[in-house]
Amino acid sequence: MTEPKPHEDTQKGISRRNFMKNTGLVAGGLVGGSLFGGLLTNQLQKPGAPINSETEGSHLLEARTFFSNSEDFLILSAATERLFPTDDLGPGAIELGVPYFIDRQLAGEWGMNAKEYMKGPFLQIGAVDAYESQADSTQDQGPNAETQVPTPAFRYQTPMTRGDIFLEGVQALEQTAQEKFETNFRKLEPQQQDEILQMFDDGKAKMNGVASTTFFNLLLQTTIEGAYADPVYGGNRNMEGWRMKEFPGPRMSYTADIEKEDFIVMKPESLRNYQGH
Amino acid sequence: MAKKLKKVDVVVVGSGWAGGVVSAELAKAGYQVVTLERGKKQDRQDYVGVKDELRYTDRYEMMQNLSPETITSRVKIEDTALPVRTRAEMMAGTDLGGGSVHWAGATYRWRAIDFELRSKTIERYGKEKIPEGMTIQDWGITYDEMEPYYDKWEKTAGISGEPDPLGDKRSSDYPNPPMLASPAVKLFKETTERMGYHPFQVAAGNLSRAYTNPDGEKLNACMFCSYCTMYGCDFTAKSDPLATVIPTARKTGNCEIRTNSLVRRVLHKDGKATGVMFTDTRTGIEYEQPADVVVLGAFSFTNNRLLMLSKIGTQYDPTTRKGTIGRNFNGQFNITFLGARGYFEKKKFNLYMGAGALGGTMSDFAGDNFDHSNVDFINGGGIEMRQYGDGAISTNHVPSGTPKWGPEFKKNSIHYANRSLVAWYTPAVMSWWHNYVDLDPTYKDEYGDPLLRITNRYTDHDRNMAKFGIEKCSEIMKEMGADIIDEDEVPEEFDHIYSGGHYAGGIIMGADPETSAVNNYLQMWEMDNLFVVGGSAFPQFGGHHPTSTIGALAYRAAEGVEKYLNNGGQLAEAKQKTLNA
Repeated sequence: MTEPKPHEDTQKGISRRNFMKNTGLVAGGLVGGSLFGGLLTNQLQKPGAPINSETEGSHLLEARTFFSNSEDFLILSAATERLFPTDDLGPGAIELGVPYFIDRQLAGEWGMNAKEYMKGPFLQIGAVDAYESQADSTQDQGPNAETQVPTPAFRYQTPMTRGDIFLEGVQALEQTAQEKFETNFRKLEPQQQDEILQMFDDGKAKMNGVASTTFFNLLLQTTIEGAYADPVYGGNRNMEGWRMKEFPGPRMSYTADIEKEDFIVMKPESLRNYQGH
Repeated sequence: MAKKLKKVDVVVVGSGWAGGVVSAELAKAGYQVVTLERGKKQDRQDYVGVKDELRYTDRYEMMQNLSPETITSRVKIEDTALPVRTRAEMMAGTDLGGGSVHWAGATYRWRAIDFELRSKTIERYGKEKIPEGMTIQDWGITYDEMEPYYDKWEKTAGISGEPDPLGDKRSSDYPNPPMLASPAVKLFKETTERMGYHPFQVAAGNLSRAYTNPDGEKLNACMFCSYCTMYGCDFTAKSDPLATVIPTARKTGNCEIRTNSLVRRVLHKDGKATGVMFTDTRTGIEYEQPADVVVLGAFSFTNNRLLMLSKIGTQYDPTTRKGTIGRNFNGQFNITFLGARGYFEKKKFNLYMGAGALGGTMSDFAGDNFDHSNVDFINGGGIEMRQYGDGAISTNHVPSGTPKWGPEFKKNSIHYANRSLVAWYTPAVMSWWHNYVDLDPTYKDEYGDPLLRITNRYTDHDRNMAKFGIEKCSEIMKEMGADIIDEDEVPEEFDHIYSGGHYAGGIIMGADPETSAVNNYLQMWEMDNLFVVGGSAFPQFGGHHPTSTIGALAYRAAEGVEKYLNNGGQLAEAKQKTLNA
């Protein structure tokens, strides 16, 4: 359950129900699709053009490039699955490729805080901790609220990069599991894993350098991002996250549909489809 | 030793709506202009086919890299300010065209009362209506005087809209008709109309049809693709400087635009600006650009910081309440844009479609359109229901009581993905003696220069206003037929999240040099050939989105620069002291 499934399994794992849902398009879906039809057709005519992640070879992109210790990666995977579990609506975090998404994010500029102000001094004052624990309400506000990540914000005041925080964080998950249940995090029952994750969410777990809430917020943010970001980043495998949410992916135009009363389900298309080269 | 460049008539810092408009107008008038932009070169082609929510919305692709420089932030004068370190906490647009490229497109003129807020409030409600410590003031310019500049900017930008039934007098209609209304927008408009209000379609920088502006720039019709706010437009269908004033400036042959050029000082001698010093951020080479006139048309933070680093004018001191540089910091933060979210069980909306400024709005609770005798605040704001076009990552609204992770979260976030609408209040923000900007004593940028420090806290006035707006939005949402309504909570205090770009003040306009830094032509009282243009000039924040006011002020300033180049001297007469707190 807690191990990421190899990619091949996922291919077979697409449920009959999802298949039916995704092919049972309403007429409106074809309107959006037809605008891009020419481009798509051209792509399909190119032999071997990898236009979506279902084609041979995309699983070659799934390997760890940030977590050197496989156990850390498996703990991370188990945690993401509890935050976004498989259910009758569709796949959970592991099946969507979320752990690989997070691994890649941490290996890049975001994980290295390349564009953040990282000069000292780093003051750890009371107000920062207080802020982190009440941070939930900040997400829905501001002129761009509709476009913000739906996870708690926090005031970042640590010399640790996000990559550092994740490494400390997964080890702290393991440590907490040992202290509380005397076993590995991965071997715990789902409810026990939830108990530990709740401790992190509440800022009650022990962590070096940052409050456990800080790690938890990043974990939750990246789990959701991994479920729903374009598949090019390694998550949202086969656009299954988008299918569950009835999200069509990037499209050129909705002018013909914007005034329509009925809800329109469209077959999702990826950035790769959209750019078409 | 800085390399000295050839002297020009005008050097402009910044290339957004402020710097871009000024550059285009002066270049058109035949002046030699150099425009300096700290960010990289880009054009409309850079936004074709890049509809990537993670990259633009969640990783802030179009925002300033904070690694070399950010701001610090605190609530009270006695607090230690901390740096705002991540782009999730501090959004400021960058690259050619500035923050004006990623804007949503919502266009509102500020109201007549906004420009004369102090005197009109006293006139109608008496002096006691303004609490001690509130430092609001008149702008030194009236709405009627601003109107031609609003009109001009709206035509340059090709704004698509219908008039506000409760709006002030206009000399002409918007150049383009309003956008199509989605069912959600129709529901908002029909409901509020039934309630006796006066709804209208949000005026949009997202164009309702193909349009050629008076400068000959061509824009296309918006296709509701939803990749709008936080993005550059795929189709040149959102009005921004890259589509309008920048090509206009370029084709005159009189304007040189230099990107990767970070201006670090305004150079001055004997009370006159002589030019600017900037660093090419690719090579590290320093340059001096001499000019007859210097225009700071950068983001409000940059305008403030450049004057402070260049030691121009007198820094505002909250203990004496004297000094004009850094005075009246204001903006829309987490106590604004609050309202109510409704969840609809029987109705699904196509919320993945949309446009930055697609929406319905009303001004019944804006400005002085309602009687303030029995409310404990002044001014007001719009109420909006917008359909930006939801991204998959950002759409996880769940009714309160739903856990924020786990099975129930997953189920509800998917169930409600296309079933929730939000109405919010966009209140004006008053200025207070304790909200200001200065240089931080501790934190430095990559060159060793101090960061800008923001001191900003909320008052009961702010909280009363927010609470009022939430109640009105909640009533509307109920009438719209929502099955579950979640009202926003009024925050206790400022959360140090600088999101949305509505941060203003510090180098404010006015008629009195004791309480304002620039006159009504955006010309510094203390330095005739230095103009400071943009949101930095707002003495307080109006109750609607700010972009068109910045565009209008830029046209006003361009006219001022030209007058100065012809005749010299101060362009406005200093009035006697305003009664200020």
